[in-house]
Amino acid sequence: MREVAIVAAGMTRFGELWRWSLRDLFVEAAAEALKSAGADHLDSIYVGNMAAGQFVGQEHLGPLMADWLGRSGVAAVRVESACASGGAALRSAFLEVASGASDLVLASGVEKMNDGGDVTAVLATAADQETEAYHGVTFPGLYAMIARSHMEAHGTTEEDLAHVAVKNHRHGALNPKAQFRREVTIEQVLSSSFVAEPLRLLHCSPVSDGAAAVLLCPLDQARKYTDRPVKILGSGLATASMALADRKDPSFLDAVQRSAERAYKMAGVGPGDIHLAEVHDCFTIAEICCIEALGFVDRGRGGSAARGGLTALGGRIPVNTSGGLKSKGHPVGATGIAQAIEIFEQLRGEAGARQAQGARIGLAQNMGGSGASSVVHIFQGV
Amino acid sequence: MPSPRYWREIPARYRLEAARCRVCGKVSFPARPVCPACGGREMEGTALSRRGKVITCTVVHIAPGPLLMEAPYAMAVVETPEGARLMAQVADCEPDGVRPGMEVTLEFRLLSREGRGGILCYGHKAVPAR
Repeated sequence: MREVAIVAAGMTRFGELWRWSLRDLFVEAAAEALKSAGADHLDSIYVGNMAAGQFVGQEHLGPLMADWLGRSGVAAVRVESACASGGAALRSAFLEVASGASDLVLASGVEKMNDGGDVTAVLATAADQETEAYHGVTFPGLYAMIARSHMEAHGTTEEDLAHVAVKNHRHGALNPKAQFRREVTIEQVLSSSFVAEPLRLLHCSPVSDGAAAVLLCPLDQARKYTDRPVKILGSGLATASMALADRKDPSFLDAVQRSAERAYKMAGVGPGDIHLAEVHDCFTIAEICCIEALGFVDRGRGGSAARGGLTALGGRIPVNTSGGLKSKGHPVGATGIAQAIEIFEQLRGEAGARQAQGARIGLAQNMGGSGASSVVHIFQGV
Repeated sequence: MPSPRYWREIPARYRLEAARCRVCGKVSFPARPVCPACGGREMEGTALSRRGKVITCTVVHIAPGPLLMEAPYAMAVVETPEGARLMAQVADCEPDGVRPGMEVTLEFRLLSREGRGGILCYGHKAVPAR
């Protein structure tokens, strides 16, 4: 396999972007990435997207997006793995370049959630329709059960959960692209209304529109496009039981652990070598479970990480310096690419007020459903 | 929901029909053709006991459309004595009172009415064991 680098990135801000359509969002992000690299050609496009068919009634995104980017004719296909669609698109692009099949590939993600769709019902399609959604459990409901299980098994508290939201909003307040550029207090989190107990409104990522895109090429060609390429050291994807009921320990995310093991092995590094990470905090409990499964803290000990400052900017391993899904926003199909962009900017020293000092190796973890799929990528500045 | 899609699910929803792996003994619910634990393909039909224990739970406050008027309601992952686990609403009690470890029985109930036609969706709900 060839060594692969990211050489350019483009991203819309995240939020309720009523003036922008699904295709507008994609073109904005993709064109910015191409312009930044000065690329006059493109071999193929991957479009990460969870549910455009349900949100805006549009499928067949590959040719649509290639056409609107002015690149009709290139290979282009949509990649879907629920909220991990963006990470899965990045992995597809990585493998295509690594294999030698293509030299310049765009990995993108896009979601238009604010266009009138029943968001709760659409997101629930990432759960098992026949055994979960039919009985009335919502997506927040599934993560709430993961949280309840973590509290029972490890003594994690509602305050522990709230500290994740407070930290990620503190980071997101420094991110010009974030949907919520404001801090929240512990009291505000703990007094917000219940969505599914013990999760409250401020434990949940918002409903967002947005798109993100990165350009990949072989590392030995990267200097044609940028002075500061970021190498993809490893990529891992894994699955676990679709239904939460089928997991022996509902408080542990097996797919995250397996995807991380595969990425660490390919990269030749371990959790102790990672300087910062973007992890899939669709709900505050998810960040707690993910940092355990990634090996940043011992199993069952994720609850105190945000409270103790371990995962804050300036801590031992800053997590979600972008603000995470919680504060930056979570246009589901775009999230995996947006995470990679945060690491890309951090490793190039371009993260401005939220720059993590001395970061050389970063990790991005993107998750689908209630943890039934997970994608991990590890990056290094070169 | 088109009616074939509905009646295909009747064995699991009405009768709690599960499958036991002849190789490793794991009981899966709903029944499936391949054992998720060992990959074995010799599965035999078995029915679940109509009782179990809450593994984890929540109280849903923001509910999907058909259940809007029922919120807040409790949901739980319930483990039956056969070792199978299933998702169920917990009824006939204060939602706040449902906790992991609680003993429940599974009762055949109306779950929701779907669509404009008001198709009746049946299944099992958990209620506190008496």
